[in-house]
Amino acid sequence: MAGTWDLEVNGQAHVIQAEGSEPLLHVLRDHLGLKGARYGCGLEQCGACMVLVDGDPVHACTRRLDSTAGHRVTTVEGLDAPGLLAAFLGEQAGQCGYCLSGILVSVKALLDRTPNPDRATIAAALAPHLCRCGVHARILRAVAKAAA
Amino acid sequence: MSQSLARNPQLGQWIRFLEHDRVRIATGKVELGQGIVTALAQIAAEELDLDPDQVVMLSGSSDNGPDELYTTSSLSIMDSGSAIRQVTAEMRALLVERAARRLNCAPDDLGIERGHFHIAGESTGQSYWTVTEPGDLEREADGTAPVKPHASYRIVGRPVPRRDLPVKLAGGGFIHDLDEPGMLHARILRQPGYSARLAGIDGIGDHVRIGNFLAVLGDNPHAAEQAAKRARVRWTGERELDPTRVDAYQLLDLPSRDHHIGADFADTAHDNELTVSRPYIAHASLGPSCALAQYRDGHLTVWSHGQGMHPLRHSLARALDLAPEAISTIHVDGAGCYGHNGADDAALDAALVAMARPGRRVRVAWSREDEFGYEPLGTAMVVRVSAAVDSAGRPVDWTTRIWSGPHVNRPGTTSGHLLAREALPDPPPQPVPTDPPLSRGGGATRNAIPLYNVGAHRICWHLVARTPVRTSALRGLGAVPNVVAIEAFLDKLAAAASLDPVEYRLALLEDERARRVLREVRDRARREPGQGLGFGFARYKNMAAYAAVAATVTVDEAVRVEKIWCAADAGLVINPDGALNQLEGGIVQAMSWTLHEEVRFDAHGVASLDWDSYPILRFDEIPEIDAWLTGPRDQPALGVGECTVGPTAAALCNAAADALGVRILDMPLTRDRIVAALLAGDDPAP
Ligand code: FES
Ligand code: FES
Repeated sequence: MAGTWDLEVNGQAHVIQAEGSEPLLHVLRDHLGLKGARYGCGLEQCGACMVLVDGDPVHACTRRLDSTAGHRVTTVEGLDAPGLLAAFLGEQAGQCGYCLSGILVSVKALLDRTPNPDRATIAAALAPHLCRCGVHARILRAVAKAAA
Repeated sequence: MSQSLARNPQLGQWIRFLEHDRVRIATGKVELGQGIVTALAQIAAEELDLDPDQVVMLSGSSDNGPDELYTTSSLSIMDSGSAIRQVTAEMRALLVERAARRLNCAPDDLGIERGHFHIAGESTGQSYWTVTEPGDLEREADGTAPVKPHASYRIVGRPVPRRDLPVKLAGGGFIHDLDEPGMLHARILRQPGYSARLAGIDGIGDHVRIGNFLAVLGDNPHAAEQAAKRARVRWTGERELDPTRVDAYQLLDLPSRDHHIGADFADTAHDNELTVSRPYIAHASLGPSCALAQYRDGHLTVWSHGQGMHPLRHSLARALDLAPEAISTIHVDGAGCYGHNGADDAALDAALVAMARPGRRVRVAWSREDEFGYEPLGTAMVVRVSAAVDSAGRPVDWTTRIWSGPHVNRPGTTSGHLLAREALPDPPPQPVPTDPPLSRGGGATRNAIPLYNVGAHRICWHLVARTPVRTSALRGLGAVPNVVAIEAFLDKLAAAASLDPVEYRLALLEDERARRVLREVRDRARREPGQGLGFGFARYKNMAAYAAVAATVTVDEAVRVEKIWCAADAGLVINPDGALNQLEGGIVQAMSWTLHEEVRFDAHGVASLDWDSYPILRFDEIPEIDAWLTGPRDQPALGVGECTVGPTAAALCNAAADALGVRILDMPLTRDRIVAALLAGDDPAP
C-alpha cells in the first residue's frame, strides 16, 4: 500500500511516501540518497546492506518500510564512531571496500554491547558478512584495536 | 622502455601541471581494490620530489589518459609504474635544466622541495609550475632520463595509506552510488544462452527491445526491479545442458586443440603420476555489476568498473557501430572483480538502453542472480603430472598434461565479445578462444613448468574450445591447479624417498630467492599435536613474485585451517602494506576456492545463483595469517597480486593429506570428499 511513513534516520526525521512493502535499502539509497548501505544479494546472505534499527543490526535489503516506520535507523553515514574509523584506517582494513559499510555497522552494534570482545566473538558478530577481497584478518585486527 | 610508454609516448598523456602546486598523473590502470592508484602516486611523487598529497591521480579515462589495455595479471606496477617513473624522471630532468638556465646555475646546484627549486636551502622563486612550458607536454618520452637509484627512495618502499579508503569507509565511492535526478533505471531480462530466441513477452511496461536484447525500465531502481519481476518472457531454442556432465573430468571427453611445449615426448616410463582437478569457479564479486551511459548529440558516454577503459571503448564501438571517437569511457570504482567478470557486459547493456533513449542518463544494475548466472566463470581444469625418478628419488623426466577451457574471453581481443552482442541482430560468431602466450605467463599453462630442477620436462596442453559455459580470466588463471598438482606430486615423491618435503624441494631448487622464501616459512611454521602441516611454493608465472606458504589444518568433518605462514619476495615493493594486503587477500581467496567453491549447474546453466548455493569463506573460518616480505628490495618490482593463490591452495591440500593420511585430489575439499577419501584410503598420502 502506498502511504506516508515517518522514519528517523541518523537522528533526522523524514516523511517517506512509498509503498509499505518497499525494502528499507531502497528507501535509504534512492529516497534519502544515503548510499552507504549497499546491495549485495537482497537475500540476507552477504551483509552489505546492514543498518541499525533501534541499535540492532538489520538487513536493509529485506526489511520492509512499513515495519521500520516509527523506529530509529542508523546507517554507516550516521555511525559517529571515529575510534572505529581510525582503527580501520590504521590497519588499512580494506581492499575494494564494498563490504565495509555493512561491517562497520555490525561492529558498532557489537562494541556498544560488548566493549572487549575476543577474536571469536568478533568473528561471530561478523558471521553475517562476506568479504570477497579477503581482508578478514585485518578487519578482525582493526576491531580488536578499536575495542582496546 | 615499458610497453605502456611505447604505446603512449607523449609526456602529456601521463602528466599535467595543475594549480596550487599539484601535478596530475594519468594511468590506464584502474583501482580494483588492489591499491594500484596509491602505489602509482608514490612512484610519481618519488621521482618528482613531491609529497604524495601533491599528486592527483586520473585513472581509467579513454579521453584523457593513456591506453594501457587491461588491468590484469599483476602487471600494473611493471607496466604503468615503469612508464610513470620514466615520464616523471624525464619531466623532472627537463624542468631542472630549464630552471638552471634561468637561474644561471648548474642543474646539480638545485635542490627540490615540494616541486620548488632552491639553492643551498634558499628559495629561488622558481618551481615546476613557473618553468614548465606548454610544449613540454607535447614532447615524446625517449626513455633516456636517469631514474632515481633505489637507495635514495624516501616515498617508494614505505607504507602509504590507500587514497580511496577514507571515502569508502564513510559509505561512498562506488559506481553504484552515482545518481542524478531524472535518471532512467534498467534491468536486463537476459537471453539464456547464445541460441535462445525471444518468443513472447507479457506483463511488461516501458522497455527497450533490440532483437533478443530486452531491458525493462523504471524511474528508480526499485521500480525497474519490480518491472523485471512482473515480466513474463518466453524463450525458444535454448540449448540444454546435461548438468551431471558439467565438471572438470568432462573436459577429457570434449574436442580440444592440443599443444606440446618443451621436450619431446620420450618413451620414458613414468611410474609416478598424480591427477588433480579444479571445478568451475565464480569471480563472485560482492557488488553485482553496474554501469551508466548517456547518448547525447551523437556522443556516447559510459561509466564502468571494467578493467580497461580503452579496450572497452573499442568493444562498444564494434558492438554499436560507432566510431571509437564518438565514445568516452570513464572508470568508476566497483567492488573487487578478481578478473574478467560482468563489468564490461553491463557497460554494453547500459549503452544499448541509452542509445534507445537519447538524452537520458541510464543506469543498469545486475542482480545477484544476474551476476552469478551470467559472469564468465573461471574454467574447470584437470592436471596430471608424472615423472621418472632416479635412484635418489628425484624426478629426472617430467610431464604435465593439462585439460582446460579457455582462460581469456575478453572483449576487445579476437577471442571475446560483450555478452549482449549475442542478443543483437546479426550476432558475432562464437569467439575463438585463446590463452595468453607463455611469454606473458600463459593461461592454462601458467606455472605448469616447475621452477624445480626436474630434468627434461614437457607440457601437453589440451585446450577445450567449447566449454558448456562461458569462461574467462579469473585471478591466477591456471596457476592454482598447476601449482597444486606440482606441489602434491613433490610431497608424494618426497614421501616415497622418505625425505622431508621441504628438504626435498630445496634440493631441487637453485634459485636463491626461491630457496629463501621456502626456508623462511619452514623455519616459522609450527604444528600442534593432531594437526596436519603442508607447504606450497611457486614463483607466479615463473617470472613475478616468489611465494611460499605453510598451513596447519585439523580435519574432522571439514578441513579447518589453523594457521597460515607466507613469505613472499617481490623485489622492490612500492607500498609494503599494500603488498601485504594483497598477499593476505590472495591467501583468503585461495582458501575459499580450495575448501568451498564450485559452481553448480542445471539444464539451463548456472544453478548456484546465491551465496547459499555458492558459499565462500566466512569470518569464523579465518585463521591467523602471518605474511611477510623478504628478499632483495633493490631488484626490479615483481607483480605481487596473485602470487599467493597457488601456493596457498597447494599448502592446504598438502596439509589436509598430512592430517588425513590420504590425499584428496579434487577441489574443493568438501566433507563428502573427505569421507570418500577416508573410506577409499587406497592412495596413501605422502
Ligand atoms: S544485500 Fe542484504 S544481505 Fe546481501
Ligand atoms: S574489501 Fe572487497 S569485499 Fe571486502
